Order: sequence, then C-alpha cells, then structure tokens
Amino acid sequence: MGVKITDSGLMMVDTDLCLHCGACVGSCPANSIFLNEVIITFDESCTQCGLCVRVCPMGAIDEPEEKKEG
Amino acid sequence: MIVGAGPAGSITAKFAAEKGASVLMIEKRQEIGSPVRCGEGIARRWIENVGIPLDRKWVAYEVEGAKIVSPNGTEFHIDERHAGSEVGTVIERDLFDKALARQAAKAGADIILKATVMSILKDNGKVSGVRVEQFGERFDVKAGIVVGADGFESQIGRWAGLDTTLKAKDITICLQYRMTDIEPDPDYCEFILGSGAPGGYVWVFPKSEDTANVGLGMQLPKLKKKGEMRGYLDAFIEKDERFRKGKKLDIVAGAVSTCAPIERTVADGILLVGDAARTIDPITGGGIANACKAGKVAGEVLGRATQEKDFSAENLQEYEKGWRELLEEDLYRNWMAKEKLVTLSDETFDMIIGTLAEVGVDKLSIFNILKVMEDRHPELVEEFADLL
Repeated sequence: MGVKITDSGLMMVDTDLCLHCGACVGSCPANSIFLNEVIITFDESCTQCGLCVRVCPMGAIDEPEEKKEG
Repeated sequence: MIVGAGPAGSITAKFAAEKGASVLMIEKRQEIGSPVRCGEGIARRWIENVGIPLDRKWVAYEVEGAKIVSPNGTEFHIDERHAGSEVGTVIERDLFDKALARQAAKAGADIILKATVMSILKDNGKVSGVRVEQFGERFDVKAGIVVGADGFESQIGRWAGLDTTLKAKDITICLQYRMTDIEPDPDYCEFILGSGAPGGYVWVFPKSEDTANVGLGMQLPKLKKKGEMRGYLDAFIEKDERFRKGKKLDIVAGAVSTCAPIERTVADGILLVGDAARTIDPITGGGIANACKAGKVAGEVLGRATQEKDFSAENLQEYEKGWRELLEEDLYRNWMAKEKLVTLSDETFDMIIGTLAEVGVDKLSIFNILKVMEDRHPELVEEFADLL
C-alpha cells in the first residue's frame, strides 16, 4: 500500500492521514494554507516555518523531501 | 451574507433575518454539522437565553456536573449549575447545528452548501460580496456585508485586514475519539489535568452509559514532534482500564484559540463572529456558548444596519461593544489564568484539586478558586495576584 502524498514543493501532506480538520489553516502565521474541505493547498506565501508540522493532530504534514535532504 | 453555517452563523442569520435582513448563509461542507468537530459538552443554562429551545432530538445525554481530576487521582465534583458553559448536556452536534440552521431558514435565511468562498470582492474599495466556488463553477455573490462565521480556520477576517493571527502559545490542538464499549462515569463530564495533556486537559464526556467522547487538548508549544498528539491520547486510553478495551466510533481532530480578546471584530462591510472572532473560552476551549451569545448581538445589529443600509465599521460598533460587554472581561481573565495554568506542575495541580475537594467552591470560576486557595496556599495565589 503506497501512502498518498501531495508535495507542493512547500510542504508535504499525507492525504491518507489528513482529516481536513483545519487546525493547520487557522494556525498558519502567514495564512498560506487553504482548505476547501477536501483538498489542502499551500500558496507561495508559505515560509516553510514548519509550525503546521507540529500543529497537525494526525501528523499528516511534513517538510518536502528536498528540504529535509538539504 | 454569512460565511459558515455553524452555531455562530446560524444564530446571526436567524436574528438578522427576523429583523428583516435578506440573508444568505454559505457553507463549505456538503452537510451542515457534519463531520462533527467538537467535544459536544454544553450547559443548559445559557441555551434558552439565546432563543434555542432545548430539544430531545439533539441532547444525547445529561450529566449532574463536572468532575475535575488531578494527576494523583483526587477528584473534585461540582454541580452542573455552577460548572461553566460546557457542562450539563452532551449533544449530538451535527443535529444541533442542523436545528439552528433550520431556525435561521425559518426566519427567512437562504442556505447554499458545498460552496467555498475564494475571496472577498470590493467595489471602489468597498466590500461588495464574495467569489464562490460550488460544484466546479465560480460565481460572484453580491452583498453589502460579509460576516465571517468561518470558525477556527477563518479566512474572512485575515483577508479583510482584521488581525486574527494567533501566537503559538494561544493555540490548543485537540484530538478525540468517540468510544463505545467503555465505562465512563455516567454522572459527570470529566476533566483530567496534568502532564498527560501538557498545557491542556483530557476530557471524557459521556454520550450514553457505554459511550463517550474521549479527547485531549494540548497547548501547541508543548508539542515538539510531528504526530505526537495521537501518542498522548492513546497513552491515556491504554492506562485507564475503563477505556482500554473500548472501540472507536469516530475520530475528530481540530484546534481552538486560547487567546485574549482580539482588538477588532468589525471593519467596513465585515463582521466576525464565533471562533472566527476568537471568542473561545481560553480555559475550557469551549466556543459554542460565546458564539451563540455574540451571534444574537450580531444578528440584531445587522438587522438594524440593513434597515439603515449602512454597514460601515462605525455603524457596526454596536456589535463590537455589545459582545464585549457580554464576554470580554471573562475572556481576558480566563486568558490570564490560562497563561499561568499551562506552567503548573502535577504537584501543584494535586494541591489545588486537593484543596478544592476538601473546602469546596460554590461556583466554578477562577476568582472563586483563588479565594479558596488564598487561605491554604498563599504562596501559590501570589502568582495569580493580578487576577484577584
């Protein structure tokens, strides 16, 4: 079973874990996250501060691979 | 135009429509109230004051009061009449939200579902409506005012330039399972304090004799690693034999603000209400009572503003003043108390709950608790002196 991950280049979201709860949206200091109740997106104002990684109650958000490697 | 058909939106819609405003509620979900994102505890006391008749259809269960448990297991019980805005009934939140939306509709409000607001529209610098996406199509909806009742994740306020951004220390992250085949205390909504839920608490709100919402809230700065929340909740359940063998019916995640009142909740053509206005109680994390109380004020002011065809910030000041008169002092005091509570050790919680259990307190409030503590442990109360 592959894990479904969307990678915007800004942040990675494990869509199998995401419950669309909006905790990250309301917590984002840059208001960079948008959720239409199903799909979560990060816009270019995202500073990759990583707050949402700790916010997500399900642990569905992570830094993108390239940033982790760097 | 009201964005969000939760309790804040529906109550605002109802009172505005009753005063003759033509109201449209826009809800991004396909079903009002679902999925549930709530601990579902509300007190009986304030409900009828905001014009909501208590209805068997959405009351799942009733309790005698609150049970507050210290880390060493000491219990302090308090009658529901004196236990704050969250204790008394445990509701079916999806049915509750639908009941409120029905009242709004009956008063004349229109509702559209599965519709996401993409942006606020302006005409000559003046708010003129919103751009909406529904069923894959985008269209504009004209309105003299946009009410942000769009919850914790509120965008309306930030798009309109109202500062609703939260500091990490004023955010509490929550995770809850609805569990069945368990043995919750049937008489109480339970609140368990201490390092099992750093900067927050564990709650057990019974929905029947063998089913309860078992959840946990933690202050964001206390969370260090990705996905830590689940570990805390699972550890609590594993440790407590009443819940260990239980089965999960539902999993709910979310966040609440635990901040001081924000500076402004209105601007020209914009009004914020409910969690979007950051009126959640910073101690309990409960939002519904304050959302409904402020929503009633908002609806009445909007009704008047509609007659006057004037949605300027100045003409909305009556709302700004009105909700602050009802809520601001308590919100501020509870925020200050929260700032201290998140620093307390397990030993201190044991001492406080131990004293309360022994001496008792008439009505659960920070002030009363401090008064009780003053005699026994003046050294502790010294730290809270500002609150007395």
